[in-house]
Amino acid sequence: MHDMVLEVVNRLLLPFIQLFGMYILFHGHLSPGGGFSGGAVIGASLILYSLTFRFARVKHRLDHDTSVFFEAAGALIYVAIGFVGLFFGYNFLTNRGVFPLGVPGQLWSSGMILIITLALGAKVSGTILSLFQELLEGGSDEHGNP
Amino acid sequence: MKKVLPVLVLAAIGMLLVLTVAEMPTFGDGQAPAHRGVMDKYLRDSAQDTGAINTIAAIILDYRAYDTLGEATVLFVAVLAVSAALYQGEHHA
Repeated sequence: MHDMVLEVVNRLLLPFIQLFGMYILFHGHLSPGGGFSGGAVIGASLILYSLTFRFARVKHRLDHDTSVFFEAAGALIYVAIGFVGLFFGYNFLTNRGVFPLGVPGQLWSSGMILIITLALGAKVSGTILSLFQELLEGGSDEHGNP
Repeated sequence: MKKVLPVLVLAAIGMLLVLTVAEMPTFGDGQAPAHRGVMDKYLRDSAQDTGAINTIAAIILDYRAYDTLGEATVLFVAVLAVSAALYQGEHHA
């Protein structure tokens, strides 16, 4: 089924939803929000995109491998940030002394907190989208065929 | 007979958890460690320690960053579990 109203409205809405999600992510250390909530907003917008534009038709643009990649990359960045602290002779996941803290209150401040927030956002949005796709496809064999 | 070992292991883990809960401070206890200085330190020093003016972000991503790593792992395991539950095997297709 091809619903024109749904597609036009979503074309207008999706950029704003995603911009709001990025705002929550990038201001996680300044205002209420952070990795989990911002990632949930972005993941919801991607689910909306998949639902509106027929998952099968946009599969080449937003397939399961992409969401799993973002999820794994987020977790990997988190652990890698932790090991940076070990590398400089501090504890696992040390912030002060390893990363430049900047001036509190500015956007580019708080060292590893901003990086981890972005990694968590990628991870949570990937998790939500990946769960949605798994349930939509109803499981698949090892070749990815439903 | 095969179910005896999992039940024993689960009972042992449950026993450990119950013992841990029994050691926790009672609910509403004003002398609990969480109410004696940690809160004041977070509110006083978090901006200086972490560079984040949002104290919640400072707690969950700096003081308690290891805990948040565990939370992220929970999400990872959730996706793995859904994947494994829906996997249909190679001979099905």
